[in-house]
Amino acid sequence: MTTAHKALPDVRTVAESVTDPELPMLTLADLGVLRDVWVTHTGTVVVSITPTYSGCPAMDAMRDDLRRALRDAGYHDVEVRTVLEPAWTTDWISAAGHVKLARAGISPPHTAPVRAAGPVQLDLGGTVRVVRCPQCGSARTEEQSRFSSTACKSLWRCRSCLEPFEHIKEI
Amino acid sequence: MGHSDHLDEYGDAYGAIAEINDEQRWAFGSSFEDPLAGVDVSVPSGVDGDDLAAYCLMLGDDALILSHRLQGWVSWAPELEDDVAIANIALDLLGQARLLLARAGKADGSGRDEDAYAYFRPASEFRNVALVELENGDFGHALARLLVFSTYRLGLLDQLRTSRDPVLAAIAAKGVKEVTYHRDYAARWMLRLGDGTDESHRRAAGGLAAVWPYVPELFVPHPIELRLADAGVGVDPSTLRAEFDSVVEQVLSAATLEFPPEPATSASTPDAVSAPGEGRDGRHTESLTGILDELQGLARAHREATW
Repeated sequence: MTTAHKALPDVRTVAESVTDPELPMLTLADLGVLRDVWVTHTGTVVVSITPTYSGCPAMDAMRDDLRRALRDAGYHDVEVRTVLEPAWTTDWISAAGHVKLARAGISPPHTAPVRAAGPVQLDLGGTVRVVRCPQCGSARTEEQSRFSSTACKSLWRCRSCLEPFEHIKEI
Repeated sequence: MGHSDHLDEYGDAYGAIAEINDEQRWAFGSSFEDPLAGVDVSVPSGVDGDDLAAYCLMLGDDALILSHRLQGWVSWAPELEDDVAIANIALDLLGQARLLLARAGKADGSGRDEDAYAYFRPASEFRNVALVELENGDFGHALARLLVFSTYRLGLLDQLRTSRDPVLAAIAAKGVKEVTYHRDYAARWMLRLGDGTDESHRRAAGGLAAVWPYVPELFVPHPIELRLADAGVGVDPSTLRAEFDSVVEQVLSAATLEFPPEPATSASTPDAVSAPGEGRDGRHTESLTGILDELQGLARAHREATW
């Protein structure tokens, strides 16, 4: 290849820099939804992503954002594929992602629970988990609701600084 | 190009925002993409594609219709947190429905997309159970239905994780994580209502009694379910009953509630109810017609529209 054209930026670097539409402090790579990036022998850039939750309405936005970022970087032949298996887990959120979440006032997830053999156990609310307030660091917090502004978060309140906050719930 | 230039070019604000080829304004509507784009959707060996499609519609329609009923609760729940919780649960079920309906169109060779199934089928082609189409009642009714449905569906999806169809297996594995939260939510509310005041106990028991006649249908195997279970692709729902009873018993005893009497035969179900198993064959109560009027009206009035 001659050097007549300026080299295009690396496809993986471009794809990894695209941010999540709902959690813009995280890149899709931080969130763990970006599964793979490669270029086929015919020059198509293939990006595979996996949904966080089945109904996550951000998937379409992610596809569009990936295509646009790659197009702006000079790649016009882009295919975004969905991967369903293995299912996304909060364990795939990167260490950098945890730091960025906490800095944005969102409590990062603990390690996802490992399921025991047999049927899924019912949780009637007896289990107490320690979730620290991302504002003041206090462990005196309480869960208000296991559902919040997006499917991936639960709603908490700090009993020390009295601020509400969101916690990425472990799945 | 500035905002006023857009208005000059199109002459109206609608034209300006409807400008095609603008991926940045996805929220306005650039049509949905195939949720299975890039997924290998070949039908497993030894499985009839039409059977697989019908099975996906059974599971997908259950989720779609209950999602619609739950959406009807948003802004009516007792607390804002519950509006949000119910909306989240409805969204999860809608997402499962999208994947399953899309999978149906790949399995039967028709190439229909999720919208073709959701918006352009008559009631007689919906394969959901009667439980999910019942009119919304009070909050006790909503939670009793959600407890029954999510307990049944969690057991089903959990078995389906090992389906020989990798697409169904993947949808199920994801769904298990979601429905686990749905079941916990419903169970905790039943506990709170049942073991609460006389009034809340009465409402929880009333809700349970109202939905209980529709429980047997969940576990009556349809011939398609049996064929797919034999092929290692589907689940025979009659195998799920014992676990269902044990989980519901756990909730009811903690909630100081009792099992309502079970209808001995379909003859003892209310007159307006189809016999158990009929929903899977497209025979429904009047309630489904009302849901479909609401769900399909816009799409049928504007066939070329995208959103």
